Amino acid sequence: MQVFKGIKIVNGIAIGKIKIYKVPVYEIKEDLISDIAGELDRFEAARVKVQDQQNALAEQEVKDGREETAGIFEAHALMLDDDDLIDSCKELIGEGHTAEFAVRKGFEAAAEMFRNMDDPYFQARSADVIDLKNSMLDVLFGNDTESLQGKEPAILVAEDMAPSETVKLDKSLLLGLVTRLGSSNSHTAILARSMNLPTLIQCPDIADDWDGKFAILDGYNSCIYIEPEQEIIDKLTAKQKEDREKEAKLQELKGKPSVTKDGQKVRLYANIGGPKDINAVIENDAEGVGLFRSEFVYLNSKTDPSEDEQFAAYKKVLEALAPRLVIIRTCDIGADKTIDYMNLDKEDNPALGFRAVRICLSRPDFFKRQLRALLRASAFGNLGIMFPMIISKWEVQECKKILNECKEELVKEGVAIGKYEIGIMIETPAAALCADDLAEEVDFFSLGTNDLTQYTCAIDRQSANLERFADTHHPAVLRLIRETIEAGHRHNTWVGICGELGADPTLTETFLSMGVDELSVNPKSILPLRGNVRNVDLSGVKKNNNPEPKSESEVKEVKSEVKSEPAKGFWGRLFS
Amino acid sequence: MKEFKYVITDPVGIHARPAGLLVKEAKNFKSVATFIKGDKSAKATALMKLMGMGIVQGDEVTVRVEGEDEEACAAAIEKFLKENF
Repeated sequence: MQVFKGIKIVNGIAIGKIKIYKVPVYEIKEDLISDIAGELDRFEAARVKVQDQQNALAEQEVKDGREETAGIFEAHALMLDDDDLIDSCKELIGEGHTAEFAVRKGFEAAAEMFRNMDDPYFQARSADVIDLKNSMLDVLFGNDTESLQGKEPAILVAEDMAPSETVKLDKSLLLGLVTRLGSSNSHTAILARSMNLPTLIQCPDIADDWDGKFAILDGYNSCIYIEPEQEIIDKLTAKQKEDREKEAKLQELKGKPSVTKDGQKVRLYANIGGPKDINAVIENDAEGVGLFRSEFVYLNSKTDPSEDEQFAAYKKVLEALAPRLVIIRTCDIGADKTIDYMNLDKEDNPALGFRAVRICLSRPDFFKRQLRALLRASAFGNLGIMFPMIISKWEVQECKKILNECKEELVKEGVAIGKYEIGIMIETPAAALCADDLAEEVDFFSLGTNDLTQYTCAIDRQSANLERFADTHHPAVLRLIRETIEAGHRHNTWVGICGELGADPTLTETFLSMGVDELSVNPKSILPLRGNVRNVDLSGVKKNNNPEPKSESEVKEVKSEVKSEPAKGFWGRLFS
Repeated sequence: MKEFKYVITDPVGIHARPAGLLVKEAKNFKSVATFIKGDKSAKATALMKLMGMGIVQGDEVTVRVEGEDEEACAAAIEKFLKENF
């Protein structure tokens, strides 16, 4: 048995024979030709044929519901219309070179340009041009590449996979993919993710003599076993079976209501970081977005983002997810998220410092740009606006006052504004303890449990030394959560949880018994959480009747009974 | 001549597919549109060169349009940029 490491793109196990996938190496003659017109015709015919192929691949992908990869092939077809690229090839043919020679040289020069760019996205585009070059050569040499895959189901092993090669593969025969090259930005990676195919890239040790050997690709451990021992086979076969059963069960939960056995409903929303997560929200059947971190518009920009820039991003998400409620949290920078152009002073104690709404209320012009962008976006979907790091009622009132000023301005300018809800994060003990006062001001609360825990227990969530002391289920935190929910309900303010605790399966029943209205979690946690909710039966528990939160030791006992996956590292997430 | 500035908001920048569609749009007009960023420039009809400028989020580009239908061309490109980048 041999084991080789790589970088995984998709978790999961693939078991089967290896097929080495080799792109033909064409020998291109450098002799000059005399029939230049004939050669130009060959080039043009090949170009049109490859363009047709790419358009056909794009259509196929659209039909299969993979819009993202369809875009790759549309872009390919458009690249083949590029005048500079065409002219550079035609010029070479004009000098007496063969169409094959011209294609190799012209396309490789274009690929080289992309390879030398700074940005990884553009660097990865060199693979597109090489892909097109190979397709052009296939046509010019009259080769068909479909036979390369073989006729049996197999784990394909290749130097690299061009997108059009990956798509042409017969998926029913494709168990997994291992490449020596490739990056996590490459189309191979994008395609692997969209197909959920166990895939390793950057596996330096691939060898031709693997061909035909039995192997297991273990995505969880980023490795491939060649001719594995029986013990490994048994273990990973069982894991694969478990994965499949789990996945099938989760898929069944799509479209099902998030309701307990005794009929208590809870809304399961997603936490997202930007427009890139729209698909994840839809695919995982989230009922809304409970936390859209607007930081990405600030962190991804070199300069202070304009109102229009922000509006475009918010509108995109609201429109794509309508009629779902999308709660956008206003700027939460400061503390561990700093930005050069904000010119924030270095603080000894940033977690307790100048951050979030404290910055916004001190810099009203900066705040107004975001609020105006949000209000403009409200016309395109169902918006919730949420203010973070609140400790006092006057802060909420001032936020609302500025929001109203923006609204009046926009109305005067004749800009359409839709309906929206207003809420605040409850992430400080001060806010939790004053929840009754705060509830009078807002439509909803969202409990940010990561910060609430950090501030309640005086535990820095980044510090590894404190792990022993960090009790993620500290009774003080659970009590604050319960009291916040009760206070909210006394004032018709609905209450959600958007921190990591919301996804903790050992607390689902506790939160439901407290009467929580919404849980907002990572998109991937939605379906497992729905499974948990549907297994809860509260008919024996006295609902909303001040259930004393469970202590850590009691919860630990519950933990051992629950078979769901444990929540992700509580202290691990930067943004929450 | 018409000229306007635009700041890219798309997280990836001027990337392949929408850039291709931008080229298609630009080809509908007789005017010549040029994208300028710093000392780099490319015609709006030249896909590879346009991508080769490496325009990323936060970059400000100047678009200069010259020709008989420059008004309409500039308006169409500006609209396209707002919707796609």
